[in-house]
Amino acid sequence: MASAYGYFPGCSLKGTGVAYEESLLELFRLLDLPLAELQDWNCCGATSYMSIDESSAFQLSARNLALAHKASHADLLAPCSACYLVLRKAQDYMQKYPQVAREMDPWGNGNLRVLNQIRVRHPLEVLFTDVGPDRLRQKVVRRWHGGNVACYYGCQMVRPYAEADRDHDPVRMDELLEAVGVPTVDWSLKTKCCGGSLTGTAHPVGVRLNYILLKEAARKGAQAIVTVCPLCQYNLDAYQSEIRRDTGQRFDMPILYFTQILGWALGGGYKSLGFRRAVAGRKTIAQWFAPARTEKEAYV
Amino acid sequence: MQRELKFQREADAEWARRVSQRPGCEGLFSCLQCGTCSGACPLSIYMDFTPRRIIALVREGFRTDALRSKTIWLCASCYSCAVHCPRQIHITDVMYSLKREAIQHRLYPARFPVPVLAQEFYRMVGRRGRSSEFWLVLRMALRSNPLVLLGMFRTGWDLVRTGRLKLRGERVRDIASLSRELAPREVA
Amino acid sequence: MSDPHGAVRIGVYTCHCGTNIAATVDVKALAQFAATLPHVVLSRDYKYMCSDPGQELIRQDIRDHDLNRIVVASCSPHLHEHTFRTALKVGGLNPYYFHMVNIREQASWVHVDKAQATRKAQDLVCAAVRRVAFHQPLERGRVAIHPDVLVLGGGIAGIHAALTLANAGKHVFLVEKEPTIGGHMAKFDKTFPTLDCAACILTPKMSAVRSHPNITLWTYSEVTRVDGYVGNYKATVLRHPRYVDEDLCAGCLECLDACVYKQAKVPDEFNMRLSKRKPIYIPFPQAVPQVPVIDPETCIQFKSGKCKKTCIEACGDRHAINLHAEPEIEEIEVGTVILATGFQTFDAARIPYYGYGKYPNVYTALEVERLVNASGPTGGEVILRDGRKPQTVAIVHCVGSRDENTHRWCSRVCCMYSLKLAHLIKEHTGAEIFNFYIDMRTPGKGFEEFYQKLLNERVHFIRGRVAEVTDWELDPSEEGKLVIRAEDTLAGFVRRIPVDMVVLATGLEPRADAPEVRRIFNISCASEGFFLERHPKLAPVNTFTDGIFLAGCCQGPKDIPDTVAQAGAAAAEALALIDAGYVETEPNTAHVEEAVCCGCKTCISMCPYRAISFVNEIHKSRVNEVLCKGCGTCVAACPSGAVRQHLFEDDEIFAEIEGVLSNA
Repeated sequence: MASAYGYFPGCSLKGTGVAYEESLLELFRLLDLPLAELQDWNCCGATSYMSIDESSAFQLSARNLALAHKASHADLLAPCSACYLVLRKAQDYMQKYPQVAREMDPWGNGNLRVLNQIRVRHPLEVLFTDVGPDRLRQKVVRRWHGGNVACYYGCQMVRPYAEADRDHDPVRMDELLEAVGVPTVDWSLKTKCCGGSLTGTAHPVGVRLNYILLKEAARKGAQAIVTVCPLCQYNLDAYQSEIRRDTGQRFDMPILYFTQILGWALGGGYKSLGFRRAVAGRKTIAQWFAPARTEKEAYV
Repeated sequence: MQRELKFQREADAEWARRVSQRPGCEGLFSCLQCGTCSGACPLSIYMDFTPRRIIALVREGFRTDALRSKTIWLCASCYSCAVHCPRQIHITDVMYSLKREAIQHRLYPARFPVPVLAQEFYRMVGRRGRSSEFWLVLRMALRSNPLVLLGMFRTGWDLVRTGRLKLRGERVRDIASLSRELAPREVA
Repeated sequence: MSDPHGAVRIGVYTCHCGTNIAATVDVKALAQFAATLPHVVLSRDYKYMCSDPGQELIRQDIRDHDLNRIVVASCSPHLHEHTFRTALKVGGLNPYYFHMVNIREQASWVHVDKAQATRKAQDLVCAAVRRVAFHQPLERGRVAIHPDVLVLGGGIAGIHAALTLANAGKHVFLVEKEPTIGGHMAKFDKTFPTLDCAACILTPKMSAVRSHPNITLWTYSEVTRVDGYVGNYKATVLRHPRYVDEDLCAGCLECLDACVYKQAKVPDEFNMRLSKRKPIYIPFPQAVPQVPVIDPETCIQFKSGKCKKTCIEACGDRHAINLHAEPEIEEIEVGTVILATGFQTFDAARIPYYGYGKYPNVYTALEVERLVNASGPTGGEVILRDGRKPQTVAIVHCVGSRDENTHRWCSRVCCMYSLKLAHLIKEHTGAEIFNFYIDMRTPGKGFEEFYQKLLNERVHFIRGRVAEVTDWELDPSEEGKLVIRAEDTLAGFVRRIPVDMVVLATGLEPRADAPEVRRIFNISCASEGFFLERHPKLAPVNTFTDGIFLAGCCQGPKDIPDTVAQAGAAAAEALALIDAGYVETEPNTAHVEEAVCCGCKTCISMCPYRAISFVNEIHKSRVNEVLCKGCGTCVAACPSGAVRQHLFEDDEIFAEIEGVLSNA
């Protein structure tokens, strides 16, 4: 591997999404892929900044991309779908709209082309393209003891830029998980919005969107949902008890990151993969990811 | 009995033209009013005007109706509309531009959580360079409806016991380089 | 100035064109100026030169004043060059002693300042006067038109054009790619708005083609090469082997029953793959010619060599089946060509949101045509792929039309056929039908009334384009169904409508082989890929290649009435050429001065019309004046100056330049 992947955690991965960072670092360590956190990164601005002031929003990305360029990162991984989209959109709009290019110029010297040369990528796409299902399959050391999972891709990783995966009925996460022996279910809400920050601001609306996802995943036979975005994970995870109070329906569904599942198959540690961070479905997690009972069962 | 009749003097065609010139909003006038955006939007059933109606309002120049709507705040930026639109209109960008204008001119419902969150986020990142979820939600609740905090205890506790609630805020070291670029604008 | 042509006597006519020219150019001053120019004997100005009295002026003056050159300063040559040349001819002068100056588009309409406009007009007239002195008398050429016609495509357009021409006594070669003629229309059940049975109105015409003495019908054939020019085309036709001899076969079809495949196993293309056929098959019962085809990809004998060949046995003494048949090449000569290659339907799988290919009960419109058809895969019963009969049906308009993500254009027929399918499905099943549309486009004769009929049949019409077809269940009433989520923009809310069957009204697009056909026949297309007509309003069946005409959907989406009308128009254009017997060619062609030509062949590769050939015996190039369009490329390219062009000789051009500059 020539140079390390630049890693842009974003505010969530240091807070409620800490399990994503833990499992991402562990997985990349198991795969021998060097990951270097972007030094002194700033918040991407998510949806809030764009709602207040356009130029500030793009400038936040300009600073991050400039930092990546200074650190000579050819690739910048943004695990949080919102961060990924914000950075990609900044690159795209800088090229398409001269007025955005003017707003984004951080040093006032018009050297914006370098910002566009950074390849902003989502870890799902990196694992699919740079590693691939076959290589993952070869490195599996643990047999899957869990149930069926529903792969949930969310919105901003596949829309409006369908580079990490296609925007309708994406399959890359399913393929990676299947490659390590995890059965996935086919369901039609893979990219249906979880509400994002609406669970905080328009709470009943946000919770209902997540109820819909949990209900349909269960209806299609999934016992867990696997995600790529910390906000989706939080939304699906944190309100299951409230949903139970309101509707009487008990889901107890673990909401995991795909990096946790892949990391587990490749032999990662229970604690280092962040399984203890789960709110819902803890019993199921304890069963599925218990340390191997016998040597025979553990190693494939 | 309410009377609803729109006079032409309320229609601001010049404003509509200005909106269409913002980055991402250029397809505004080619809208067919087919309604695919509303059909695809997961939030359209909660909105006072569906996305299609917002576009109809904007291009006819009914500025106040558009900016005062709850619709723009319910948009989750999922981009389903933009991807489905047969005219390839970036409806999400239209929504963002309306949000910005509503905030600038204080045309949103008072203490409405969504714009309050946006403003708190803006201030926090402007000052520290990174956001802290705990402090953000707290400040938003206090400025919009403190009572919601009561309902959040359970969730808060769940996050604390799993080690996901970080009380210490993050910040950027070289904050000067950040402030150089973004002087936080004073939004009330 | 030397006078190589004897005494040159020029008449100059300045047209006012009402106020089009006169408002900006000082026409009186211009006429006076012209009178002062060398060799100008007569200078007039007149209000409308193109009118009868205007032309009469020219004719009369030629006689009265013994004029031998004419210059008219008026509008664009595109409009009236022909008019004035004819006036010269009637007046007794060679038409090519004429030159036209455009002082309308090039002076009046591009100036605001009168003085400047007049000045420019003067420069142009001065140039023209100098030039016309060098004009030579020229004759138009004549090219004989071969009376035979090639019609490519055996759908309703090709059939109608072929019959029209054949009835007029012309011999027609009708070449069709499929094993049978009939095209898409043969697949339809009923046609809008009259609900005529498509096969019932089509098959008589198909039989007429079969039995017409003036039509040579070649099915399962393609044109692979065309050479020549208007009136004299040579086409090479490749006839694929059916392995059943058309002349020997009696059409009894016993070979089909006798085939060792007792069960049909091959997806039947005619029934949109909803049923199966055998390797030896006939596309549909009324196929013309009524001769089976053997598909070498699926026939056991072809794949393994080990079949009992029961088909040959069943054929008996007729010996019509020949498994060793080879492709045949035919070379034909025709004068005109009508392209009627038709369309293909949009591939619904390109829009994943609608679930075509994923959910078994999502169909395209053509598939449903076969379902409701009595000779279709289900005998006319509307039975879904999972065996159920639908109780609610959604018809989704504009699939692959009016959409920047797929095709921008409106496919014109889908609203009408969606209404038709709504009616037919309801008639067959009594189901509740929902049409989801953006606009209802029903402009033709009887079309609005048809829409009214459907409204009265209580079919639901929801104005809201469908965003998604999904199996996501939100309410118990949706169990086992496909759900359509759309905004009912007229009633004013978002709706979820569970249905058993979804019909996608797929649009029309150019065929995948259209670029190949264009290349062979040397015609152009517009950006969307349909063949390009010469003028959208005034020449809808002509192309930019003389002698080649268009008919039907290959030129753009249209319904059957318009297709038949267009086919008749194309036949009429072809007949006009054939009955005239010849076309006249413009003499502004290039020609090679063989004494100067050194045989470098530079001109040959430059010619966009492949009009120049090399004569090996004398080692010189030669221009085919019929193919030459007078673009001038070879003239400019020739390093020896051997290629010259009538009406654009060097002395003529230099004289024009001098004329403009001398007025400075």
